[in-house]
Amino acid sequence: MSEQQPTHRPDADEPATAEATTAEEMAADDASAEAASPEDDAGARPVTTGSESVVRALETAGVEHLFGVQGGAIMPVYDALYDSDLSHVTMAHEQGAAHAADAYGIVSGDPGVCLATSGPGATNLVTGLADASLDSDPMIALTGQVPTAMVGSDAFQEADTTGITSPVTKENYFASDADTVGDAVGEAFALADEGRQGPTLVDLPKDVTNGATEQEPAAGSTPETYDPPERAEREAVTAAADAIASAERPVILAGGGVIKAEACDELRQFATEYGIPVVTTMPAVGAFPEDHDLAMEMAGMHGTGYANMAITHCDAMFAVGTRFDDRLTGGVETFAPEAEIVHADIDPAEISKNVHADYPLLGDAGTVIDQVHDALAEERAADMSATGERWTAWREQCRDWKDEYPMDYATPADEPLKPQFVVEAVDAATADDTIVTTGVGQHQMWAVQYWTYTQPRTWVSSHGLGTMGYGLPSAIGARFAADDDQSVVCFDGDGSFLMTLQELAVAVRENLDITVFVLNNEAVGMVRQWQDGFFEGRRMASEYPWIPDFETLAEAFGARGYTINATDDESEVEDVVSEALGYDGPSVVDAHIDPTENVYPMVPSGGANGEFVLAEDQL
Amino acid sequence: MTEGLQGPAPDERPQPSGRRNAQGIRIDPEVAAEPESRRTVLSALVENEPGVLAKISGLVSRRQFNIESLTVGTTTNPETSRVTLVIEEPEPGVRQVEKQLDKVINVISVRELGDDAVRRELVVLKVHGEEPDKVNAVTEMYDGTTLDAGPRTITVQITGDEQKIDDAIDAFRQFGIRELARTGQTALARGEEWTTHAEEERYERVHDT
Repeated sequence: MSEQQPTHRPDADEPATAEATTAEEMAADDASAEAASPEDDAGARPVTTGSESVVRALETAGVEHLFGVQGGAIMPVYDALYDSDLSHVTMAHEQGAAHAADAYGIVSGDPGVCLATSGPGATNLVTGLADASLDSDPMIALTGQVPTAMVGSDAFQEADTTGITSPVTKENYFASDADTVGDAVGEAFALADEGRQGPTLVDLPKDVTNGATEQEPAAGSTPETYDPPERAEREAVTAAADAIASAERPVILAGGGVIKAEACDELRQFATEYGIPVVTTMPAVGAFPEDHDLAMEMAGMHGTGYANMAITHCDAMFAVGTRFDDRLTGGVETFAPEAEIVHADIDPAEISKNVHADYPLLGDAGTVIDQVHDALAEERAADMSATGERWTAWREQCRDWKDEYPMDYATPADEPLKPQFVVEAVDAATADDTIVTTGVGQHQMWAVQYWTYTQPRTWVSSHGLGTMGYGLPSAIGARFAADDDQSVVCFDGDGSFLMTLQELAVAVRENLDITVFVLNNEAVGMVRQWQDGFFEGRRMASEYPWIPDFETLAEAFGARGYTINATDDESEVEDVVSEALGYDGPSVVDAHIDPTENVYPMVPSGGANGEFVLAEDQL
Repeated sequence: MTEGLQGPAPDERPQPSGRRNAQGIRIDPEVAAEPESRRTVLSALVENEPGVLAKISGLVSRRQFNIESLTVGTTTNPETSRVTLVIEEPEPGVRQVEKQLDKVINVISVRELGDDAVRRELVVLKVHGEEPDKVNAVTEMYDGTTLDAGPRTITVQITGDEQKIDDAIDAFRQFGIRELARTGQTALARGEEWTTHAEEERYERVHDT
């Protein structure tokens, strides 16, 4: 058997099944020739086990980094990784592995990979999977499982992983056979990446990964039943272009799908050529440069006043790659109530799910933007009198709103340090391509409001699920996906940081150049803000009576620690920011901010976007 | 950076007068009305693999769709099963169920059936057996079959559309129904029409080989 092994590696374009009948003849004729150059193809090492097939499938898919935690049922896969060139990052907790893989996918555009063992390892991934699912981030999770013969017996470290993760994955697989396990991994990888991206999972029983197989995994492809649309139908595009051309007050609403589809160039060309203001959702921050004249920035609950005015008063909305989340729309009854809505999405189920689409366009974001762009050009040709002059008044109105509702914060003399200032100071001290990751809470909103994002894939945050603790592990994942000369900073809150700060051990072990700015107000600030606004100031469990000294804690982990006191003046703050950014390794800046500062503007939950409040007394 | 957030307060700003309803559809304020629910049948052709039914039922429950019945069975092709759902939803909800089902990777094709679709349901019910002649008369009246008759209980089956099943159950109440099991509806498109989009192609593929 062993001398036949080389012939069991099919050529790339040769079906594996063809060799079975002729294996013996081929062995006689070609074995020596094949064996002479095994390192020429991807299959330099012959596959002998299911776990080697899993690793081969990852290599074939172009994976470079894995984020995971060892454990009993996943050990065969780790054993196969021992012989591979894949770089594995051992995380402190599986949730950290999932968030790191998620952020890796956001920054690189390719699926991030996380691994965990069965039972508790797999269930610890669930938060990260749900996070990636709501944000349509490309990610693949590989989980160990008890041997197939023990499945269903409540065996040690057994959990129904495919059952538990079904609602939070795009698709999941229970691998049942060593011969096909590599194919399942390849298919999961392809599915995570194609169409509307999302997380997939392959559950790997120990006997399957330990099982003998010589089957090389096929190049990963999506199943036959999966057929995402590419181009919108011509009639639909013409009708949509008509609606936009005949509008008086059009806006573009760019969603996260614009970045996922690599359609930012098409977006910018479309918007600038026709002079249409651009509003983004939170996942789309960076899709359109925020320093551009047409940029209205982020809309929604904590969006800018001008973005919310623009979407409230528009009469046509070209929404691309957004699912109209309630944090964006506010109360749906008052969302863009006079607008004809053109909704482009690759997922048909998003059309008219939350907001009725008058003009649905199914397809890839970049392709559809180009289609509408060209159709609008034809509209314009038919109405040349409008060229150049069209929508001038509307653009001026939008500019007026920018003047009327500027993003600003008060800094009276002797006031404690404002969190917005810290964000601005870090922005000023770093390059345009710096990647910002965040936890969830007030700090997240200041980080999105007061940083000027000009490039896609530089804003990494937990949008849909709102996962506290997302910041540090996502900074680790982002660091591995970023260019070497690209900076990675994390804004976190004290509450959020305390949820996953054990990952600092990983950042130190891997010597990752990450700077964490903890905007420390000794509270779960967003909860406290809501309690003050909507629960008569009854601050139940939102204030932290004692917070660790994050500077000392960072040093204990082996990172560099810094403290900014609330009474430090601006130049002192800038000095610490600059020193922390300059340190080549992980560092933590404990910035004690004004604990009374809250996040505004704010659209109260379920309220009308145009009725955003600017201060607590307007609630 | 010393002024703080400025601008007119919420009630000083102009607000558009338009509205949408709960489904996000723009409405005329004069005739604001919630769309009425309707009852309809969706048919899905799915891959016959373990876990597919769990995925579909999980999807239905977590998205809070109002499902009346759900039936599953294999087709002539052992690789596929047909899932028939009866749902009661307003129009946008019907479309959402259809599109969400279509998103499930193992779902090959899904479609809402027209009102003329052939729909059938089966009920097996067990009544007290004190009046066997009368039970038999009612069974015959509904073209039913007696499956089991003992000294104390009689078990019958009735097939038909939903209305007929409801009527039959009502008729059997006079004898006292001890137990009852009904299947929920299963359905096919009428005449030459294919039930879901993928069926014709798959039929020809199977029958060519």
